[in-house]
Amino acid sequence: MTTASMTPVTKGPELNKRRRVYKPNAKYIPILATLGLLAIMYITGIANYDNFGDPSVFVNLFRDNAVLLVVAVGMTFVIITGGIDLSVGAVISLTTVLTATLLKGDWPPLVVLPAVLILGALIGAGQGAVIHFFKVEPFIATLAGLFLARGLALFINQQSIPIRNETWSAISDYRIELADGVVTKPNAIIAVLVVIIAAAVLAWTRFGRNVYAIGGSSDSALLMGLPVGRTRIVVYTISGFCAALGGVLYSINSTSGHALQGNGYELDAIAACVIGGVLLTGGAGYVWGTLLGVMVAGLITTIINFQGDLNAAWTRIVVGVLLFVFIVMQRLVTRKAK
Amino acid sequence: MNSIVKNRLFWPAVILVVLLVVNAFTSNQFITVQNGHLFGSLIDILRGSSALILVALGMTLVIATGGIDLSVGAVMAISGAVACLLIQDLPNQNAIGPVLGVVAVAIGVSLVMGLWNGSLVAIIGVQPIIATLILMVAGRGIAQLITDGQIINVQSGPYATIATGFFLGLPVAFLIAAAAVALILLLTRRTALGLLLESVGGSPTASRLAGIGARRITIMVYVVAGGFAGLAGLIYSANIKSADSISAGNLIELDAILAVVIGGTALIGGRFSIAGTVIGAILIQTLSVTVVAIGIPPEANLLFKAVVVVALCLSQSPDFRAKVFGRFKTRQAVAA
Repeated sequence: MTTASMTPVTKGPELNKRRRVYKPNAKYIPILATLGLLAIMYITGIANYDNFGDPSVFVNLFRDNAVLLVVAVGMTFVIITGGIDLSVGAVISLTTVLTATLLKGDWPPLVVLPAVLILGALIGAGQGAVIHFFKVEPFIATLAGLFLARGLALFINQQSIPIRNETWSAISDYRIELADGVVTKPNAIIAVLVVIIAAAVLAWTRFGRNVYAIGGSSDSALLMGLPVGRTRIVVYTISGFCAALGGVLYSINSTSGHALQGNGYELDAIAACVIGGVLLTGGAGYVWGTLLGVMVAGLITTIINFQGDLNAAWTRIVVGVLLFVFIVMQRLVTRKAK
Repeated sequence: MNSIVKNRLFWPAVILVVLLVVNAFTSNQFITVQNGHLFGSLIDILRGSSALILVALGMTLVIATGGIDLSVGAVMAISGAVACLLIQDLPNQNAIGPVLGVVAVAIGVSLVMGLWNGSLVAIIGVQPIIATLILMVAGRGIAQLITDGQIINVQSGPYATIATGFFLGLPVAFLIAAAAVALILLLTRRTALGLLLESVGGSPTASRLAGIGARRITIMVYVVAGGFAGLAGLIYSANIKSADSISAGNLIELDAILAVVIGGTALIGGRFSIAGTVIGAILIQTLSVTVVAIGIPPEANLLFKAVVVVALCLSQSPDFRAKVFGRFKTRQAVAA
């Protein structure tokens, strides 16, 4: 009797030890692979092009991809619950158009900013509610949201609206000096803050654990007594909020609002999540992975810019090939884990 | 009567008829005969919806097996780009034989694209939405590479006929779509193929254990979807007599999925309705035509579409009907 109950106790740690000696935890493999790829791409860039190693090239990645980063972080939450949010690109365009229109109407910026952010969150919450209460599939519900948000944006104005508000141009022109000769914009700082907050929420809060639990199996989560409905609605609310924040960053970047801004961002965000190791089946993934995914996509564009004589179409093809490689790798890793 | 109302296709069909009636009253020519062929807004709707019908038809089969194909728009762009590139190099663009050859090559390329999707899904076992996302992202880049980022214009009579020609008084594009629908209806409803598709969609594992070549059937539906998308791409590019790798088939995957869902095919697979898909595709096209016909300003075009789509999706959700109308009904019963 005693020996039988003793065996599992001694077996457990031994197995863990062995695993640590041979290989890293299987759930970190996709993220480590992305990190490795990023390092290889960066080193190749330094070896091939002059000035590629300049710290500003790396820092500019955050500035140039701030919008995508913020949107992809929101998407990460949704994908980890096993859902998808196709409306983010349209919410970006609605936000930029609305921001530009309201600022043109001399609304104070301190009213406009919370108003558009709340609107984005409300659109997300509405989609989450439809998905949860009416059991409409996320794909279809957020597709309807895409049409609705872009329809609203086009209804407000089909033309590009310039933003001449002082606060907006001040933020747009503001430079932050990180080190000698390395400057960045407030957009990049905001994006990095969003990543840090999201990573902390996902890793260390009860809500974060619930998100993973629902993605693993929403039925089991429900039977465990977790607030499945509330969590799911909040997740889409976060995605809507992030999309609206992305829209605000976009409007700061371009100092204009246009209904076609943000077109296709939903796909870029999903692709960044997948490259970053977030499983589209739900239940697995990290915000850090998404960050790496966005960096990889940004670095491809940078390398193509440095090369200079390459067709811009190569960006899409390379992203497609990378998607393929990572998806197949994920597939092999998850198969082994099972 | 009750069984007709409860049919999944009842509400989409009602909306389609209402839209067509609105159209008949608002457009100055609904259907007339001109130059020996039919003419008018009804014919425009049929002609305009043919590409969407083709794409949605392939999508229906894919969704029936529990998959989804996001790459159809990109395949449309590739097929148009290949066709225009080859026609441009023909010595005589108006010779029918070579143009038919080019069409065959373009469709062949599309079939290969479908085979790629199908292999990823069935052999490597990648989730369909991600597997086809790859080609959706990369495909448009490939099309841009083929056309070298330019818009290739062609002046080929036979090629333009695919989209703008008439045969027996009906638009050729619509006849192509109708033939495809008839072929698929015949194959899925008169042979065991439809049953096998639904069985694979219901449970691939159970189908395999029952002796069905689930893997082969899954690959086949993606190949068919690719072929139909290629055909739709030819219709699109023949209509504008050029290859536009950026706007060809842009967002058509979403419209096609919408047409399938409106037609009562569940996205989880295991059941499908070809007739429903055709109604859904024509409904979407009619909606765009009607919006213009009844004088809704163009900037509200998409908004109007969005409202109709939201209403349709909600009306098809059993939970929505139970929660909203169910409450209403019980109160009535209590009052009575």
